[in-house]
Amino acid sequence: MEALTASNVTKRYTNHVALDEVSLTIPQQTIFGLLGPNGAGKTTLIRIINQIITADSGEISIFGERLQAKHIGTIGYLPEERGLYKKLKVGEQLTYLAQLKGLSKKEAVDKSKAWIKKFEITDWWNKKVEDLSKGMAQKIQFISTVMHEPRLIILDEPFSGFDPVNAQLITKEILELKERGCTIIFSTHRMETVEDLCDHIALINKSKKILEGSKKQVKATYRTGTFAIEHIGAFTLPAKYELLEQKNLEDTYFRSLIKVNENTSPNKLIRDLTEVTEVHSFVEKVPTMSEIFITLVKGGSDE
Amino acid sequence: MNKIWLITQREFLNRVQKKSFLIATILIPLIFPAIIGLLVYIAKEQDKHAEKEIVHYIDESALFTPDSSKFIFKKFTGSLEDAKTAYRATDDFGLLYIPKLNISDPKGIVLYTKISPSMEDISGIENFFEAQLKDLKMQRMRIDQKLLDSLKTNVNISTVSFTDSGQEKSNNSIILSGIGMAGGILMYMFIFIYGAQIMQGIIEEKTSKVVEVIVSSVKPFQLMMGKIIGLASVGLLQFLIWIILMGTLTFVVVDMMGVDTPQQQAMQQISAEAAAQQAAATSETLKAINEFTSLPWIQIGISFLFYFLGGYLLYGALFAAVGSAVDSPAEAQQFMFPITIPMLISYMSLFMFILKDPHGPISVWLSIIPITSPIAMMGRIGFGVPFWQLALSVVLLIGGFILTTWVAGRIYRVGILMHGTKVNYKVLAKWFMMKN
Repeated sequence: MEALTASNVTKRYTNHVALDEVSLTIPQQTIFGLLGPNGAGKTTLIRIINQIITADSGEISIFGERLQAKHIGTIGYLPEERGLYKKLKVGEQLTYLAQLKGLSKKEAVDKSKAWIKKFEITDWWNKKVEDLSKGMAQKIQFISTVMHEPRLIILDEPFSGFDPVNAQLITKEILELKERGCTIIFSTHRMETVEDLCDHIALINKSKKILEGSKKQVKATYRTGTFAIEHIGAFTLPAKYELLEQKNLEDTYFRSLIKVNENTSPNKLIRDLTEVTEVHSFVEKVPTMSEIFITLVKGGSDE
Repeated sequence: MNKIWLITQREFLNRVQKKSFLIATILIPLIFPAIIGLLVYIAKEQDKHAEKEIVHYIDESALFTPDSSKFIFKKFTGSLEDAKTAYRATDDFGLLYIPKLNISDPKGIVLYTKISPSMEDISGIENFFEAQLKDLKMQRMRIDQKLLDSLKTNVNISTVSFTDSGQEKSNNSIILSGIGMAGGILMYMFIFIYGAQIMQGIIEEKTSKVVEVIVSSVKPFQLMMGKIIGLASVGLLQFLIWIILMGTLTFVVVDMMGVDTPQQQAMQQISAEAAAQQAAATSETLKAINEFTSLPWIQIGISFLFYFLGGYLLYGALFAAVGSAVDSPAEAQQFMFPITIPMLISYMSLFMFILKDPHGPISVWLSIIPITSPIAMMGRIGFGVPFWQLALSVVLLIGGFILTTWVAGRIYRVGILMHGTKVNYKVLAKWFMMKN
């Protein structure tokens, strides 16, 4: 059973199409990166999943059931445009937000206290939010997103506004939540986060999904068969290899970029190389998520 | 429903726990009577201690002997030009010039002053002339004061109206007007103050960006209704406390002054005539108190509650829609106009038509049309409103607030998620038409 599937979801506004026949499959217990440039339609999709707006057509199912009102408590949502009631105290705030998600008053109080304790901020309970620093408020905001134990957590640009220490704390929490069985949807521009955390990704550009799959698959698809070699002594290669670049680093020490065709295995390349030079390092140049993102999005805009 | 209830509770507690609520709720019923009392006191003191102004006069007609409690008159003999020069050299209030007069058509009296005189001063002087001319004419026509007094008969009509059930009730239109005016003004204030609070609360939610978190848990309509109902209950609580406080205060004050003082005075009266006059006055007061207490208070109270709730819901929804559409209170100004106008119209009509002619066609229609009925009906209610009018007005008001709530809900659900959009009426219409 998948955590979430979207099939042919479409949302039109008067002047433009925000989502055009978008289909997605988000496996359970994964961290799913929802990527795309600004205005691509990520927020629209997330709002549809949160039932803030409804799609014009298409279906969404969550843990095997059609998305409906009762799933509000199944989802935890940290929007990009987020905030808290400034005049409310931290304790009141957390309890209230949890109650709105469907918890009873007692459950809400107990869970709020447990999280406050976990983050070692028990003395904030009676502080008003307006008296907290931005980083502190972000912590409270994160607690409010996950305290009702949602099975699906949607985080829209979660790290904006966090200092590195807090970001690390939240990263740790996210991984822990995944271990406990949660599925996390990450919407972000920060490719290094995607590289570190995400198992699966989907890329949305101009209202359409243009890429989806596990990080490994995606990288495999976009590998170019390029290898970076550091070696002693310049060389020339047989015609089946393409020497993209050869750079003299110092004395007889060189770095070369070699492109091979699909049928040639890395082992074959190494064997051929040892004949002509002394190999010191041999690395396949796998594209970073950032490179894939830029290639696809730019390619899209060239059409 | 459960979630609306949660939001209602939260809104209620947020407001009631504020210091400003406590202060307003307790102080206003004390401050208003205190301010009015103070003003009356100051006015009385001023009257008592006011210095008399000096007025110079030339009387070419030789008919008058000016005398007034407000002015000291100084006669000047000589030409007008001389009088003017003499007057200018002083700091006195004015110079009055009286030419030779035809007493049945007095013309040409002029008051020269250094500063523009007040209406009160002018009419004071006019009254003095009118009284003296009257005396003069009476003398010439050989009418003496006794004859004139015997001609004058004092008539007091007491009014009795039939109620729908056929009972007779006496009423006093001054008291009824007072009740209508107080009810209408109170209604106007309540709707505005609480409506503005809804709007302010929504703008706060938008600017603190908490709103998207909330609408992922509840429907925008639930959030809006929770807010509106929460504030309505704050308003009702405040109103209830005011009534109790003012009621107690009035009771205490009446107990201390209203009842005891005339009795004590009556006992101190020596002459029988004075005692009789006092008794008459007391019976007038008693009659007024009697009429005051015999008014259909329960009906007035229930009507006030209903029209407050109805009017507040009708306007509150509109305030909510405006709040959702804008990013700051300053931006909200442009949309306040269509909300303020019907409120102002009903407020002004209260004084122009409703209290003067509570059963005239304008008054009747204003009290039936939902956007004006809360204020207009409060103005009329004491005078007795036919059942069909009341029923029609109630049904239309309920229909009215359902309609505005529906319209506002459709704008609200889109508006709260929009940031930094330039909003005008066309955009609002687009949001209203938008599919969910």
